[in-house]
Amino acid sequence: MLSAGCNFSPWNNPYPDSQSHGNIYYDSFEERPKHLDPVSSYSSNEYVFLGQIYEPPLQYHFLKRPYELVPLTATSVPEAEYYDNAGNPLDADAPAELVHHAVYRITIKPGILYQPHPAFARDKKGNYLFHDLPLRDLEKIHTLADFPETGTRELIAEDYVYQIKRLAHPGVHSPIAGLMSKYISGLEELTAALANEYKNNKHHFLDLRKHQLSGVRILDRYTFEITLKEKYPQIRYWLSMYFFSPMPWEADYFYSQPGMKEKNIVLDWYPVGTGPYMLTENNPNRRMVLERNPNFRGELYPAEGEPEDAANNLLQDAGQTMPFIDTVIFSLERETIPAWNKFLQGYYDTSGIASDSFDQAVQFNTLGQAELTEQMQDKGIRLSMAVMSSTSYMGFNMRDDVVGGDSERARLLRRAISIAVDYEEFISIFTNGRGVPAQGPIPPGLFGYIEGSDGINPYVYTWRNGRAERRSVTEAQQLMIDAGYPEGRDVRTGQSLILYLDTSAAGPDAKAVFDWLRKQFSKLGINLVIRATDYNRFQEKMLKGTEQIFMWGWNADYPDPENFLFLLYGPHAKVGMNGENAANYGNEEFDELFNHMRNMSNGPERQAILDKMIEIARRDAPWIWGLHPVAFSLHHSWFRNAKRNLMANNTLKYIRIDPETRNKLRAQWNQPVFWPLILILVILLISIIPAWFSYKRRERSPAL
Amino acid sequence: MINYVIRRIAYALPILIGINIITFVLFFVVNTPDDMARMQLGQKRITQEAIDKWKSERGYDKPVLWNSQASAGQKISDTIFFQNSIKLFLFDFGQSDSGRDIGYDIRQRMWPSLAITFPSLILGLISYITFALTLAFFRGSYIDVWGVVMCVIMMSISSMFYIIGGQFVIGKLFNLVPISGYDTGFDAIKFVALPVIVGLIGGIGSSTRWYRTIFLEEMNKDFVRTARAKGLSEKTVLYRHVLRNGLIPILTGVVVVLPLLFIGSLVTESFFAVPGLGSYTIDAISNQDFAIVRSMVYLGSVLYIIGLILTDISYTIADPRIRLE
Repeated sequence: MLSAGCNFSPWNNPYPDSQSHGNIYYDSFEERPKHLDPVSSYSSNEYVFLGQIYEPPLQYHFLKRPYELVPLTATSVPEAEYYDNAGNPLDADAPAELVHHAVYRITIKPGILYQPHPAFARDKKGNYLFHDLPLRDLEKIHTLADFPETGTRELIAEDYVYQIKRLAHPGVHSPIAGLMSKYISGLEELTAALANEYKNNKHHFLDLRKHQLSGVRILDRYTFEITLKEKYPQIRYWLSMYFFSPMPWEADYFYSQPGMKEKNIVLDWYPVGTGPYMLTENNPNRRMVLERNPNFRGELYPAEGEPEDAANNLLQDAGQTMPFIDTVIFSLERETIPAWNKFLQGYYDTSGIASDSFDQAVQFNTLGQAELTEQMQDKGIRLSMAVMSSTSYMGFNMRDDVVGGDSERARLLRRAISIAVDYEEFISIFTNGRGVPAQGPIPPGLFGYIEGSDGINPYVYTWRNGRAERRSVTEAQQLMIDAGYPEGRDVRTGQSLILYLDTSAAGPDAKAVFDWLRKQFSKLGINLVIRATDYNRFQEKMLKGTEQIFMWGWNADYPDPENFLFLLYGPHAKVGMNGENAANYGNEEFDELFNHMRNMSNGPERQAILDKMIEIARRDAPWIWGLHPVAFSLHHSWFRNAKRNLMANNTLKYIRIDPETRNKLRAQWNQPVFWPLILILVILLISIIPAWFSYKRRERSPAL
Repeated sequence: MINYVIRRIAYALPILIGINIITFVLFFVVNTPDDMARMQLGQKRITQEAIDKWKSERGYDKPVLWNSQASAGQKISDTIFFQNSIKLFLFDFGQSDSGRDIGYDIRQRMWPSLAITFPSLILGLISYITFALTLAFFRGSYIDVWGVVMCVIMMSISSMFYIIGGQFVIGKLFNLVPISGYDTGFDAIKFVALPVIVGLIGGIGSSTRWYRTIFLEEMNKDFVRTARAKGLSEKTVLYRHVLRNGLIPILTGVVVVLPLLFIGSLVTESFFAVPGLGSYTIDAISNQDFAIVRSMVYLGSVLYIIGLILTDISYTIADPRIRLE
């Protein structure tokens, strides 16, 4: 407390006084990142850091919706060139079956430099200073910052090619290696070749430059091309993900030196990028600090967006050079309560809303719209909301004898349950209204999603009074009768219908959900039994297909309907294929349409196919479509350019902070309160007085 | 005494092997190597080939305890258990399943744990002994009765309440210290203050009651009566005779936990965002990182055994009648 008292900033300020006027953005992170190597990272909590450091060729436009790909380091968004068996060029809309291979040519902007990094440091003769270091030279090195020299170099096409080869590296375990091997020519062969070499050379640098990848070719210093084995337009989305970030061979070589791993100085922990920020403090146990990359070329803030963006002051910085913030500090906060309180004190610039603090932050007005409470408004806090590109559903195992299969009886049963499980109520009770009931697998904002009466699931909803209204329980009960389960009793056996929900959820919150679910199923006379187990056993059940009903979700990799409909594609079944089709749904017509749709460009023809596919899925009801979560986030008045972009991860460069306002408000909100300390001291003193007299009295009293 | 210590260390070896086996079996009953691979590789788009590759890379593709396919001695040695355990006994913790050096992490993270636990212990001892002596002195009076009632109430309240309440009242309502976080050097003081105060208040109930009982027991002994009969003042009786003799069980109780101070507290570190070994263990359990869990359990066991040996030694120092043979 004494040390705090010496500072001029509030006593409870968790940051040093020297930072008070800094152009710094403060945020928190809940879980330490596991991987910061872009080839193996596949988690949103890691992308928060990687997104500011690494630069894949493409990115999402910050303001425009629907989400639109724009160049990042590339000069333009690449267009596919399609070729037939004989190598003749085909039209852009050529049917997938005619396409023998597709070529994407990517040219990157010249003059882009890497962040300062010891891997690039050279002496006057041009020799690398910190390559081939003897172990004794590493004795005094504990972090990357301990290397006395740094260097840089220009980003070239070879760096992208090097990274694509790293997908096949046996030591880095890229989660998309299997998927990309299906598409990128030669990746499978390279994987096999590298595995052989790696087996005999595990602890040394595997020089990928010596290995050829037939499907990826360097055309000149700034241009490379990727050849795909088939038509796959979604590759462009992948080119905006960090798996396709550039990787300089020097960095890979530098980190592969003996002795580095023992000090945790590895590529998985110390990223090397060309982005607006670089990681200068990597302490995932306490904080991660990103600082402005002095070599960053500068990028202009977008000048156009959605119509309402200008009114929301989101275009005030149009044409300004980014990034606007000098330093970004992420502090580890494992628990939501301290993080929330620190946000209210002004020590974090933004915050999500945990269910514990929802009522304190948000209220619903008479129209049912969410708005901030008076307390939040008084502090100048602002709320932004966005429907997430994800879906949370309840699935039926289609291999199950009772709820699964293609029989009309099972289909009617699934539809009846879909009506009975009232997701509007679920959203209201368990998510504080933060969700949109799903009408199908595709979330709002993606191509293929239809708003209004044309977009409702007619098997579960009707359109009344200008909104979707869930069909009545009576209709669901009628479906149960049609299915042969009147009042939940199987007419064949006379037995009550018992269904099983397999879940890994536990705890008081989960119990409330289970009770609610039992109530929903009981509307149809079905006895729902919860089979709760640990997450590993649950996964095992899913892999073996021994579950009956389950709760699951999917978060979009990219804003394309293919990324949701593949969750229902037969050949991607969980059982046997280890795919993402958790319900093990299979419908030949759906699969055929999927194969056709996935390679098409967005347009009326694709929409028509999507409509057919969604109709099939709705009819078969392999999922209770559940909900699309709505993300609520809060930010302080000094935080500018707040627009949720759920696809982009490199959004910190757009943010602007007003440190002076923050400083002023922090001081105002965090005046130390001393009187309770004085009061406690007085109470202690007062309580000591009778004790003292009592002691004196005892001392004077004669021994018994 | 040296012979005694050597003998105790020798006894500790089978205990440590046993602990290692139990940890290993319990962990692998709940988590298969496939589960661990999935946890490390992520949940999306993971193929069985990727899982197999991960397992093979870390030696988790071997049989767990017994390799029936191997020859002779390799039946035991070519197993996950043997490969993972043998280096542990030499304190070579190796790499975590996510690829970080565990020894390095432990060395880094034990200091923040110590920054909380050590002052908590020292300040706690001073305050609990003071309170307990006061209650013992006023035994039977209204101070003692209400003191004990307060102790019972305080020990009945969950530690989570103290943590959340402390953060709310001291950090948020009075704005006196940061709610959570950690820093190094002198800057650590303002972050450590709240968890130490909360720990101190949380421990008052149980510790004061225990120490009071010890002191009361001493106060009823013959030598205290003799001291009083000699006409010594109550203060002298209390400090010179009761406190000194009462300190023997207190001291031995403290010595046993001394080595464990390095391990830290799981809940406190989690709530106050202290990057210590307690939160390291919690993270490892939730991430199914067997290498870290095994290392931390082993380290905890070794430190506990050291604590017990130190306790035995401290008995001989505190009580001259005791000899270690």
